[in-house]
Amino acid sequence: MTEQTIKAIIERGPNPMGARTQFDVPAYDNQTVLDVVSWVQQNVDPTLSYRFACRVGMCGSCAMMVNGVPRWTCRTHISKVLVGNEVTIAPLRNLPVVKDLVVDMDAFFDKWIAAEGLHHGALTREDPIAKVDPTSSARVASDAGVECINCAVCYAACDTVSTNQEYLGPAALQRAWTLLNDTKDNGREKILDAVTGAGGCQNCHSMGSCTAYCPNELDPMSAIAGLKRESAKSFFRKGR
Amino acid sequence: MGGDFRMKASKSIKARAHPLWLAYALHRLSGLGLALFLPLHFWVLALAVTNPGQLDRFLQLTDAGIVKLAEFGLVFLLAVHFFGGLRLIALEWLPWTAPQKSLAAGAAAVSFMVATLFLLKAI
Repeated sequence: MTEQTIKAIIERGPNPMGARTQFDVPAYDNQTVLDVVSWVQQNVDPTLSYRFACRVGMCGSCAMMVNGVPRWTCRTHISKVLVGNEVTIAPLRNLPVVKDLVVDMDAFFDKWIAAEGLHHGALTREDPIAKVDPTSSARVASDAGVECINCAVCYAACDTVSTNQEYLGPAALQRAWTLLNDTKDNGREKILDAVTGAGGCQNCHSMGSCTAYCPNELDPMSAIAGLKRESAKSFFRKGR
Repeated sequence: MGGDFRMKASKSIKARAHPLWLAYALHRLSGLGLALFLPLHFWVLALAVTNPGQLDRFLQLTDAGIVKLAEFGLVFLLAVHFFGGLRLIALEWLPWTAPQKSLAAGAAAVSFMVATLFLLKAI
């Protein structure tokens, strides 16, 4: 790939129609989508705003819409997404745009708290450490979702999020599911109340975009299905 | 944080091109189709009680080719919605692993094919 250029079209918010600017970016081997955006910012337009930190798929800061699909840009090779020699890069869907490719993630993180996605401890430092059996079915279910990096790719992919502002979204609900299955967490009632409210798990239509696009290959759709089962069981047992 | 600041959802999303979303769309559309058909269906059935003459005249329409074609469409909608519903129930209520679900779906498909073959021999 010598002397070749990539036609990078960047949709810059917060203009709701997305002001489209085209940049010609030199192509090189093993170039990522984030590399393309960085090249534009460093060589053509220093005012271009975007977010990244680790560049190795750990921090979850750099997700953007790439050709209409939400992706972690630091681990997406440009060669995999080019159509001809063209790529369109836009801010994440379903979140308010602050500037250019930067979205306001407040709503996304607030919903983690709203879904009781926080530790509910019951022990003190005097108590022995709770035993965790790594082979128990609950632990296996919990482990399946703990590698979430909060990148909001699932949140951007979800059509239920875009049509229902109250919906907690796949990431927050999956977090609630991991805690519900965590023997060290003592917030079962609180979690089930939180995930069965107006924006709760029953809003999910199992469209599966969260699972299809999770860059860590997690399965939020199945986690939400787990919450639906547990809340139904709780309803039939206790009437709530 | 109103909708004004959001990227237009319809504009920038191509992320729906995957089997699960298409299955969702098919289930929703077939459901809507059936919901439109059913009131008409019950109204025609009610004619048997309220106006048998009109029902007979209406039923003569069913000999027309276009109506026969529409019946195929209707059976298709029913089949799609029925199996789509079973798929959703399995997806949400059976905590099986993905390979287990694939095996179950495969077994259902094979048994359906065998049963269809016998049905074709019988008619």
